[in-house]
Amino acid sequence: MAKIRPDFESSLYARFLKWVRDGSDRLDEDMAGMQADRSMDPSPAPPEQDMERVMAERKVYDRAQEWGSHQGFRLRNRTYSFLSLFLCLSIIAVLLYATSQLPAFGRAGNPAHNEVSERYLEKGMEETGAVNLVSGMILDYRAFDTLGESNVLLTAVLSVIMLLHMQRREGDPRQEMEDLADQTLYEPRHDPILQTVTRVLMPMLLLFGIYVVLNGHLSPGGGFSGGAVLGAALILHTNAFGSSSTRRFMNMRIFQAVTGTALCFYGLAKAYSFFVGANHLPSIFTPGTPGRLFSAGLIPYLNIAVGLVVACTISALYTLFRKGDL
Amino acid sequence: MDLWQSIPLLLVILPLVSACLCPALPRRGAQVFCGGILALSCLAATIFMPAITSLGASYTYSMGHFPAPWGNELRAGPLESRMSWFFMLVLLLTFLGGLRCLNHDIPEKKTSVFCATLLLIASGLNAQVYTNDLFTAYVFLEITTLAAVSQIASRPGGRPLLSSARYMIMNMVGSSLFLLGVILLYDLTGHLLMSPIQQSVSALVESGQYHTPLTLVVALITVGLGIKSALFPFHAWVSDSYSQGTPMGSAIMAALVSKGYLFLMLKVIYRVIGRENFAATGVDTVLFIFALLGMVLGSILAIRQTDLRRMVAYSSVAQIGYIYMGLSLNTDAGMMAAVFHMIAHAVCKSMLFLTCDGLIAVSPSSRLRDLEGSGFRAPLTGAAFTVGALSMVGFPFLGGFSSKVNFALSAVDLQDPRTFLVLAVLVISTWLHTLYFLRAVITIYRRSPEDTVSKGHLHRGFCYSLSLVMLILLNVTLGVMSQPLINVLRSGLTLFG
Repeated sequence: MAKIRPDFESSLYARFLKWVRDGSDRLDEDMAGMQADRSMDPSPAPPEQDMERVMAERKVYDRAQEWGSHQGFRLRNRTYSFLSLFLCLSIIAVLLYATSQLPAFGRAGNPAHNEVSERYLEKGMEETGAVNLVSGMILDYRAFDTLGESNVLLTAVLSVIMLLHMQRREGDPRQEMEDLADQTLYEPRHDPILQTVTRVLMPMLLLFGIYVVLNGHLSPGGGFSGGAVLGAALILHTNAFGSSSTRRFMNMRIFQAVTGTALCFYGLAKAYSFFVGANHLPSIFTPGTPGRLFSAGLIPYLNIAVGLVVACTISALYTLFRKGDL
Repeated sequence: MDLWQSIPLLLVILPLVSACLCPALPRRGAQVFCGGILALSCLAATIFMPAITSLGASYTYSMGHFPAPWGNELRAGPLESRMSWFFMLVLLLTFLGGLRCLNHDIPEKKTSVFCATLLLIASGLNAQVYTNDLFTAYVFLEITTLAAVSQIASRPGGRPLLSSARYMIMNMVGSSLFLLGVILLYDLTGHLLMSPIQQSVSALVESGQYHTPLTLVVALITVGLGIKSALFPFHAWVSDSYSQGTPMGSAIMAALVSKGYLFLMLKVIYRVIGRENFAATGVDTVLFIFALLGMVLGSILAIRQTDLRRMVAYSSVAQIGYIYMGLSLNTDAGMMAAVFHMIAHAVCKSMLFLTCDGLIAVSPSSRLRDLEGSGFRAPLTGAAFTVGALSMVGFPFLGGFSSKVNFALSAVDLQDPRTFLVLAVLVISTWLHTLYFLRAVITIYRRSPEDTVSKGHLHRGFCYSLSLVMLILLNVTLGVMSQPLINVLRSGLTLFG
């Protein structure tokens, strides 16, 4: 324990530490600087005869302190911004240079035009039963990635809940103020134009969203885009009628139930299909007749699951950022 | 295909599906459920190990009805099975050890969400270990990162929020660099599956085509994963992120999440780029320099700390440097030493973070000088901390010693100027490690002049003691009987490429 020595500050090791510390964590130093109490003066009163010398010394010290906290701080910040700018520009230059050497866009002989994309395009409809090849690709050929991606959405919502969900302080006057503000200040004023338009638009938006989700394997669209439309409709409803109105059909319990069920169904259905696929067993889900609503094996059901997850996630993120709770 | 060969699928899907259910459960139920699923995963991984060893080869498991380049694929071999077993075991033990703190660290409503993120991390780690597809690896890497962010943010207060924001920004930069590398690599090779990428890359290197973009790809992926696993110049986020979370969260992040990224790096070197091609780009030399600097400067940063948890966090930077040093040597022995150290460090670091919190709980503050005598007030915790510290230093009969011997042997095998450099840095780094870890051990076992009993004893329950005893045993086993594991890892690495 070298640090207990009384003359530690003047030792060689301490000066070495100081030198090392110069290039250290900016955040730490900034936070330490904020907390440090500058008014403290621990040095004992000096003897009379040394007063002049000490005053001169202190002046020098104060000036250095002044410089360090004003010009020095500014200089460091400037150097830092300059260096980061330089770094960013050089990375941009390197990336641009390397990208210019890549295979030219759209040429027939490019490496990306190989047997993989060929089979997707030529046999995609026959093998997956989906007319929309993108759906066939993301929900059948590469369904494992999409399973991961839907779970990324869940993880994002969980992280936001973790960040924004506040512990209620019962009986605290500030909590009551906040509740009051929540009910009045942060709620939409009852705007007749917005409410009328929403009443007209809501059914159409919901219908369109459901259409995009259900036809994901037949026409452009699918769970992700249809779910985004549904989520937008929910957000519109919140804005027009207030969150207490939306909360009737979109609250924490419903969110958990819907997302949990949808993702569970997705995970279990795909686990089944991965398992039979790897063991070369026949699956109960067959491609069917391409073009029918009930065709393409699991794809329509997975689209519904993804659509529900996306719709819930979008509206949950909006509500969480706005109210701190679902 | 036998039934046991589906275990990798189970190890990925089971925690993933359970994570969707977990947030809806009440506090106690979520904890029991999460522990049960982790125990089940651990059991499955345990069954998987002897089976794959008796198979004597690695196999691919196609995810769905479509064969490899069109569909997704998992690939399992002896190395992957050991890695996943250690990940699941350490995760389970850390969960048991940190369970009691969870109840008073985290608001009640957030506990089930915390358990869900824990399961997501488990699934993400297994997917990173078993996947044979670069894009799948990216997706699960994102899941792991986001889940880790909420693990830090779970503790109420300003500093954890700030650290989690910092962690997220740095890790998103790492992820995007990695993604950029994957996109450019797809443009150059037309594949996302690992083995076909390697064939195309070898052809490109042979013909000398696209040399600059290829070098950039290797650099982007290496730097991306380097940022995420706290390689030396990209380590600035480490101290806050590892010291501000719950003890369980810190232990998991330092011990497991960073190892997942490191294992992915190993996979990139072996299976995606190929070892010869990796050496041809020259990125390994840069990595070597960064690793050596990290080994020394990480320890110096740790010496500077006055806070116990920050000290242990900074020691991770040095230890990650060891692993990257082994990877950058690009020899069989070096790779083996790196993989062994991933395991040894995971087992040791999780224990250190758990015990750190135990020691702080019986002391006035987390400052090193306030910890005096805490080893007497919490005897088992103190003993476990001592074992962990000695293992990090490289004391014989402990895991850290075996990996240091492996690193030294791999350096001696090189027979070029790097030998001397590696050995010298190993000596310096060991010396620096001794300096700060022994300082901490001596501090916790020094009786302070005041009455120590008044500060109370540690009550953490049976689970905590069980997990510490198991972790101590694991550390000792890795040190005393490392040879069987080393043999398996060596044969696993030959099947890995």
